[in-house]
Amino acid sequence: MTVFLQTLVAGILIGGIYSLIGIGMTLIMGVMGIINLAHGQLMMVAMYITLILFNVLNFDPYISLFIAMPCLFLLGVLIQKFLLNPLMKIESILPENQVLMTVGIGMVLTEIVRFIFSSDYKSVKTSYSSSAFFIGDISFSLPMCIAFGVALVFTALLFWFLLKTDIGRSIRATAQDKDAATLMGVNTGRITVITFGLGSALVAAAGSLLLPIFYLFPDVGGPFTLKAFVITILGGLGSTVGALVGGVVLGIAESLGATYIGMGYKEMVGFVIFVLVLVFLPGGLKRLTKI
Amino acid sequence: MKSKNITLIVLGIFFLLFPFIIRSEYYQHLVIIALMWVVIGSSWNLLAGYTGQVSFGHAIFFGVGAYTAGIFVTKLEISAWWGMLFGGFAAMLIALFVGWVCFRLRGPYFALATLAGSEIIRLVATNWESLTDGMVGILIIQSFRSKLPYYYIVLGLAAACIYAIHLVIKSKWGYYFVSIREDQDAAESLGINTTLYKNISLLISAFFAGSAGAFYMNYMAFIDPHVVFSLHYISIMAILVGIVGGVATIMGPAVGAFVMVGVQETFRSAFFGIAPRWISEAHALVFGLLVIFVIMFMANGIVGDWGKIRRVLLRSRPSA
Repeated sequence: MTVFLQTLVAGILIGGIYSLIGIGMTLIMGVMGIINLAHGQLMMVAMYITLILFNVLNFDPYISLFIAMPCLFLLGVLIQKFLLNPLMKIESILPENQVLMTVGIGMVLTEIVRFIFSSDYKSVKTSYSSSAFFIGDISFSLPMCIAFGVALVFTALLFWFLLKTDIGRSIRATAQDKDAATLMGVNTGRITVITFGLGSALVAAAGSLLLPIFYLFPDVGGPFTLKAFVITILGGLGSTVGALVGGVVLGIAESLGATYIGMGYKEMVGFVIFVLVLVFLPGGLKRLTKI
Repeated sequence: MKSKNITLIVLGIFFLLFPFIIRSEYYQHLVIIALMWVVIGSSWNLLAGYTGQVSFGHAIFFGVGAYTAGIFVTKLEISAWWGMLFGGFAAMLIALFVGWVCFRLRGPYFALATLAGSEIIRLVATNWESLTDGMVGILIIQSFRSKLPYYYIVLGLAAACIYAIHLVIKSKWGYYFVSIREDQDAAESLGINTTLYKNISLLISAFFAGSAGAFYMNYMAFIDPHVVFSLHYISIMAILVGIVGGVATIMGPAVGAFVMVGVQETFRSAFFGIAPRWISEAHALVFGLLVIFVIMFMANGIVGDWGKIRRVLLRSRPSA
């Protein structure tokens, strides 16, 4: 029983970070209808920014978070403005060009980082990296709890932003119906740029939070892109609540899979869920919650 | 029509005589690899270019074909060349399942579902050690020491693949495929069973990709899950071959394959040893930049945008 509870706790905690990654992706997908396959790579860039700040200026990763986020926001804005938006105007047979473009961007980011930092594994050792506290028999890793808490705070802030602010409303309007939003005077071109920046900033937060508990190498992004994608399908396309729940579900499922099936199959659990959702619950959790 | 036939005959004679003109094994190797990519790129093109179902997971079929050939040797102890046929069938079998799940989705979501599929199968191949030997990979003994037999086998495969796809596209099926790409709902309302024809397209595509995989096993004599199920070096490369050459053109992927293998090798070998060493480390970066460049400026590929390219070249000639 203790093993089961411990597994569950670990899954929920990592699920918080997954949610943060997934929300960024679902936001981008909801507004632009494309999946950003450079999502994990953007997180990787944020992790390297945090690493540099830690090594050079000795900044705590939780402080670097507030530097990495604006940096990635800017990077996201530039990518959307100069690489993705111009594609809308190009006539081509295949509409999937934008998705392929994000793959190219992801590759370029990975390779530039590999060029600068080489393929070596790196990690940040903070004083609290391996500290934990106990409730009963179950241990709670301190950095993971912090990460979970911060992830929840960011999600709440995002909700407030989307529901209450003017830009947030414009983003939701664009997601619902782009043409109608344009007719209502929303500058949809600018909204897509902001959304991509926002999504990148959220995944940057996830990267900084992940750094004290994870290791880092240029190819770290790929698996996280796929996780984010599984979360979006699980949660329902474009649904933020869905992404939040989906992230936690994925975290728990992976954690259970690693404990009871085997470490090698941990990554596969997510994809199996993905296939099951597509077959039995197309539309994801959004179908159940309607949000 | 006449001049087209002559071009084809000249090309055919050139490729038949190629190994006698260029004796260097290195260049023969490059052309063998390029011809293998012709097969993979063309098979991708049938599914993505003509039917509009952009697959990000062609490594599934390639890898399954390669593993079928490998397992024939390690487990059944028969020649890996049987894989050229049965690898294709195995890939078709997997394709049935892939189609059943993934054709529930459209557009980008289909693309990503196939991508997830290729990750699943890579993890299965890594972990199912009793069958695939996991990360150790499969090592067989090459049948021939000379490159010549491999060259003619892959040349035959490439020619058969292009000809088969040409036949399919000119048939009724081809028109169904294109109509599905252009407007799936309209095609459905005209009485075309879109799911059936998407699956047919996928099955044909999977057969050739699997066959190419089996050839890879025979030729390279070593595979492991990270090579044959690689997202970047198989699935994305297949897409690039198609897009660089020109989607929805018969000869596009063939042109694209030679261009891509050429570019890749030029950078990997640092311009054949002329440029400084660090260039070769950047070859993956160049690969990514090429993706961006091609999508931005040559969305229809070399064959598709040939008129545009020729205009640009002709215009720049007087000034240069």
